[in-house]
Amino acid sequence: MDVELRNIHKSFGAVHANNGISMVVPEGTIQGILGENGAGKSTLMKILSGFIQCDSGEIVLGDRVVKIETPADAIRHGVGMLHQDPLDFPPMTVLDNFLIGHESGGIIPDRRTALKDFRQLSEEFGFSIDHEAYVDTLTVGERQQLEILRLLWLGARVLIMDEPTTGISALQKEKLFATLRKLAAQGMTVLFVSHKLEEVEELCSCILVMSKGKLVGTACPPYVTDDLVRMMFGKVVALDERVQTRRSNCVLRLEGLAIEDNRLNIQNVNLEINAGEVIGLAGMEGSGQRQFLRTLSGLMRPVGGKIVLLGENLTGKNYRSFVNAGISYVPAARLEEGLIPGLTLAEHFALLDRQQEFFINRERTEKTTREQIGHFFIKGTTESRIEELSGGNQQRALLALMREELKVVLVEHPTRGLDIESAIWIWSKLKERCKQGTSIVFISSDLEEILQYSDRVLVFFGGKVSEPIDAATTGVDQLGQLIGGKGW
Amino acid sequence: MDSAVLLTGLALVLATAAPVIFATVGETFSERAGVTNLSVNGTILLTAMSGFAAAYTTGSLLLGFLAGALIGALVAGIVAFASITLKQSQVAVGFVLTLMCRDLAYFLGNPFMGESGPRVPSMPIPLLSDIPVLGPLFFSQTPTVYASYLLIILGFLWIFKTRPGLMLQGVGERPAAAYVRGANVNRLRYFYTMLGGAMVGLAGPMYSLSEKAGWKGTLSGLDGIGWIALAITIFGGWNPLRAALGAYLFALLQWLGVALQPLMPNVPSQVLQVAPFPLMILTLLLVNLGNAEWVDRTLAGMPANTRRLVTKVLRSARTSPPASLGVPFENE
Amino acid sequence: MMKRSAFLKNTRGTGLLFGVLAVLLALAFTTLVLLLAKAPPLEAYRNILVGSLGSWGKISDVVVAWIPLLLATAGLLVTFTAGLWNIGVEGQIMIGAIFTTGVLRMLQDTGTPTGIVIVAGFLCGMIGGALWAALAGALKIYGGVNEIFSGLGLNFVATAVTLYLIFGPWKRPGVGSMSGTVPFPQDLWMPMVAGTRFSPWALVVGLVGIAVIFVLLQGTYFGLKLKAVGKNPRAAFVIGIPTARYTMAAFMICGIFAGLAGGVQVMAVYHRLIPSISSGYGFLGLMVAMLVNFQAAWAAPVAFFFAALNIGSIQLPIVLKLDSTLSGVLQGALVLSVILVDGLRRRWMRKGTGDRHG
Repeated sequence: MDVELRNIHKSFGAVHANNGISMVVPEGTIQGILGENGAGKSTLMKILSGFIQCDSGEIVLGDRVVKIETPADAIRHGVGMLHQDPLDFPPMTVLDNFLIGHESGGIIPDRRTALKDFRQLSEEFGFSIDHEAYVDTLTVGERQQLEILRLLWLGARVLIMDEPTTGISALQKEKLFATLRKLAAQGMTVLFVSHKLEEVEELCSCILVMSKGKLVGTACPPYVTDDLVRMMFGKVVALDERVQTRRSNCVLRLEGLAIEDNRLNIQNVNLEINAGEVIGLAGMEGSGQRQFLRTLSGLMRPVGGKIVLLGENLTGKNYRSFVNAGISYVPAARLEEGLIPGLTLAEHFALLDRQQEFFINRERTEKTTREQIGHFFIKGTTESRIEELSGGNQQRALLALMREELKVVLVEHPTRGLDIESAIWIWSKLKERCKQGTSIVFISSDLEEILQYSDRVLVFFGGKVSEPIDAATTGVDQLGQLIGGKGW
Repeated sequence: MDSAVLLTGLALVLATAAPVIFATVGETFSERAGVTNLSVNGTILLTAMSGFAAAYTTGSLLLGFLAGALIGALVAGIVAFASITLKQSQVAVGFVLTLMCRDLAYFLGNPFMGESGPRVPSMPIPLLSDIPVLGPLFFSQTPTVYASYLLIILGFLWIFKTRPGLMLQGVGERPAAAYVRGANVNRLRYFYTMLGGAMVGLAGPMYSLSEKAGWKGTLSGLDGIGWIALAITIFGGWNPLRAALGAYLFALLQWLGVALQPLMPNVPSQVLQVAPFPLMILTLLLVNLGNAEWVDRTLAGMPANTRRLVTKVLRSARTSPPASLGVPFENE
Repeated sequence: MMKRSAFLKNTRGTGLLFGVLAVLLALAFTTLVLLLAKAPPLEAYRNILVGSLGSWGKISDVVVAWIPLLLATAGLLVTFTAGLWNIGVEGQIMIGAIFTTGVLRMLQDTGTPTGIVIVAGFLCGMIGGALWAALAGALKIYGGVNEIFSGLGLNFVATAVTLYLIFGPWKRPGVGSMSGTVPFPQDLWMPMVAGTRFSPWALVVGLVGIAVIFVLLQGTYFGLKLKAVGKNPRAAFVIGIPTARYTMAAFMICGIFAGLAGGVQVMAVYHRLIPSISSGYGFLGLMVAMLVNFQAAWAAPVAFFFAALNIGSIQLPIVLKLDSTLSGVLQGALVLSVILVDGLRRRWMRKGTGDRHG
């Protein structure tokens, strides 16, 4: 079924997320939609799948103008979307997830038919998911596969994939691409949304590029990477030079560290982190890197081993002792764990003021806040509430709020959801810290980022932790293999 | 205690648990959809009064129960409107309603104080009630008690075995995922909140027209039961079967308190009367302890075997609410 | 989340309009209830007005009710700031009153100067309230028990303890009665204005109390951190605020104020322990705090208004054969309609700007 969008507009407040977008995607093709974070790709796809409604514009499926106001409408018209974070029900079983929302059967779901169809579809695409397993035990890749099967079962003829390769293994990615090619060959219209150049180049029969809410160009094979980059960013962005830090004295020492929670079991990690060193933690989401980072921060207590900071044994001490010892944790969920919605920027700086008397010193707070706003180029005023800032500015505020003289900074996804220029800027600030001798340990699902900025890399896979790998002598492919569980 | 007394007592336990079961299963439905209806305590009082008033004025028991269900649904409708449509705090609205409904009940119930009205008769089920032990225990009760048996089973089957029930679980768990599966999340939330409210609203007349017939204002002894029902919902892990178990345990303890009082003349009656409340707190402590952070930290410091054992014990007691309970749904 | 301050700046007029709308809505509902009870609404309202503000005597009664309500509200503003629903405030008032009664009973025949006895009474009341609140706090922090449930349960327990004392160890000579314990001798009463039950000293306690809370919440680092804990406990913890300690502090400060309220009830109002010693001021304080949207500055006038409604409705049963819970209905309707109208206003604002994210 051909898909056509005509002059789609969508605004969120002052932000024009989709500004007059028109496109035609012919049946049986894989259409790439490329653009950096915040370009408006997801918004457009959510409009097509009925998740949100456009302010104006038309959707044409086949040769009919259709009204898609809810996901239910979209499904009825054969449009299915796989969201970036699979929208499923983690505490329920695979089969329940598969059949919820399907119209077959009466009031009692027809589990037998559902199971039969599930098995048949799984077989056709070579997926092997246990139908009795609970979804929260599956990997992101498996959850995607489940969603694809479910959408096919619902009769989708247009499949939208929103950043499907985030958080899945190299192996699963190959399988996903094979599946999409096969579906396209069967007449499925696939819209593949990504900000990763090499993926769209590899997979798509045609590429549309979006930037700042507008459609800025199209490309057909053979692709010229530089042209695509220019369309995405308006210019060619040069990445920083790799700066190798000198390895000197050990700041943080881990001895036989063992971590356990209800899913994972990490055993015997030994590591010495040197002053000014950057350690990247790579792995699929849920492989243990998050637990590892939270243990280093003092939020989780290890079940065995030692954490020693400059000779001081911190093992078993509470989070505040870690903070006071000079370890700072910067969480990924900015508004959930890092900042306090409802408080202003100035109030945030007052909270973290090191010399607190009984009454709030408004003058000093005001002064510090102004200084930091200027220093970190935060777009906002002292009285801006933190939730009113954009994601990039929130991330800047988080960094601005970090204390001076830190020994170790632990960062979760430092640049997730940021545009590339902000990302580069954030890293320049982090690197400044390194020059002053602060060590950085960070998690990222972006392998390029890991290799670009780390000195050494730890790879996590299902709770296993690799020996430290020298980032300078490692390639993306090699890292990808390890993350996917090959070569252990 | 001889066996006849015991049997009568246990039959009484089943009967006194019936209204609590209605309130708890009602609240379970509402919370499964993601809405905490904190007005239960006030709703029970208001519907007990208005159910009695309706039945007293019209002479029809059926109208009494109908009034209760309607008012229960209406109060729940206000909670739904405020929290779903207006995105205000469910706790604030529910709490104000629980206080206001109580005062409304006392204010409007003034003229009906102490009057004697119609009462649901006991209706032994033919044949079944002749079974020894089980007959007098289960099948020589009032129709409202039979309704409570049915509600447990139907409630359980609906939530866990039917297609709409699966969707209901989904709506409370992850509304966005339910939405992409074609559900009208907010409409379902309205529906189940009001349905649950109607069930809570039936609990009131079950007291005033059956278990504790009549309306006695502040002396009705109903103030507090709604809160117990809310606690049982948590204890029950949002599952009607386990919730019913909680309701029966509660009724059993209440009965034991009364039955054993002559054996403990030194314990003042006030102490036994409030015994359910500390028990409620202890129960909540038990089901929540596994969620506390210091427990995790302490466990991490224990030897591996002890740790695994304690974790297992805590986890079996623990219940966790639908993930999106109290979170408004917005599709953008 | 919609920006409240921005709204006030833009359209102060509409804010007032909505406020009036909320009051009208509440009045309409209450009138409906009165008609349902076959009572003359205007007559009822007139009775409430005359019964509360009709004479200096009545006004002094309102002030007497205002003081403990103000203290309870002041304490609740602290727990609300920390994001806590301290429903247990009723019980905290009762336990405060019990502690005060206890120390007065101990000291009443020892010849201790009145001033010292009264100060000791307040101190013990504060300790009692704080301890009872700490129980709810510990259950929340270490047991994960929601403070609404623990607080409610502890309220019932506190009632039982009160009744137990009145009918047990502290019963009047002969047989215990619902009228409470034996009244204290007049020299243990807080000094009162002649001919009324109004004690200027109690009023000072109440006004200083709310002022202290206002300054604490608006001007100190402690208040700011409490606010952070209330708005996002997870982030507050990660930032390095000891959230457990702050949560406990909020509970105990509220308990201290509730205990003070209990002390006032014993030493300035009833001069003994009675079964309903808290007079429901804890729950009423929750309503006041909700109505002023947790802003300390407005607490005093609104609490006065609520106290006036309570006092004004006392004679409804005698004059109009109506239950005095009418004041509760009116207060509840007021809070409810303010919540609803505020929600409607925000919804209207969202629609108006087309800004769904606020």
